[in-house]
Amino acid sequence: MSTVMQPNSSAPADPLIIDGIAYRSRLLVGTGKYKDMAETRAATEASGAEIVTVAIRRTNIGQNTDEPNLLEVIPPDRYTLLPNTAGCYTAEDAVRTCRLARELLDGHDLVKLEVLGDEKTLFPDIVQTIAATETLVEDGFKVMVYTNDDPIIAKRLEEMGCVAVMPLAAPIGSGLGIRNPYNIMTIVENAGVPILVDAGVGTASDAALAMELGCDGVLMNTAIAGAQDPVMMASAMKKGIEAGREAFLAGRIPRKRFASASSPIDGTFF
Amino acid sequence: MEITLNGATRTIPAQTSASDLIESLGLAGQRLALEVNREIVPRSTFSEHMIRPGDTVEIVRAIGGG
Repeated sequence: MSTVMQPNSSAPADPLIIDGIAYRSRLLVGTGKYKDMAETRAATEASGAEIVTVAIRRTNIGQNTDEPNLLEVIPPDRYTLLPNTAGCYTAEDAVRTCRLARELLDGHDLVKLEVLGDEKTLFPDIVQTIAATETLVEDGFKVMVYTNDDPIIAKRLEEMGCVAVMPLAAPIGSGLGIRNPYNIMTIVENAGVPILVDAGVGTASDAALAMELGCDGVLMNTAIAGAQDPVMMASAMKKGIEAGREAFLAGRIPRKRFASASSPIDGTFF
Repeated sequence: MEITLNGATRTIPAQTSASDLIESLGLAGQRLALEVNREIVPRSTFSEHMIRPGDTVEIVRAIGGG
């Protein structure tokens, strides 16, 4: 079977495949930190993302019960919702959050697992992440796991049954970009499941670099929601991801120390 | 009877089902998930699940997050 799709085909060319489902967009976005639901909706649309993360939190009791619901602007029939375990510091809390999310979303079992280690860095607690992964995979969840940029741990998480492994570029919300491109490359080269950079991206060139390194996609929130113009930044990120992906597939020239003329030397008349 | 609802003590009538509780809170028809004493109560069983004195109830929803 040819993997090349015609431009007008309904199946996406060069899809991102996660757990057997093909997605057109390699940009995954969060829905936190926007100023209101209208901005959430506009930026999410401009990003072209199909997979969108949401958090699970207590319902407001007795106050604003008619406030707009996130799922009205991000409808589950149009987007693939990816409930996250943000804010969890133990495997137990993360597993509990995933089970509530599955009930909330009518059995939808794709989740983003993140178990944090401390508030200052928001680095993942790998011991707790591994424990939660074990329980969730056993319980039938499709786990997309947030992890550090350690190639050994990334491979272990894949072997445990995660459907995607998502190393950080830099701390969550830091906008520092890819701090360790060589580790990200090693993780990508070793991987048998999609590798998505999750967290730390600051601007479109960071997203492009992740894709040029061979990542399958990028998940981000703050870089878009925190920009001066989130909707324009969402569009920039979409283009950065697409440009980086094409550059990766096209195969860049090797870096050389000295020049190589672009115009022929033969036929000069001077 | 007293229960703990989303972290706060609350007095509700005896013989309250999960559906009654959700309706009394003005949350009927909203997409939410319910946990009683850390056990998920499936939506399909809300009407028969009776809340008991001292229960710890959590009602959650999806909100913006990254």
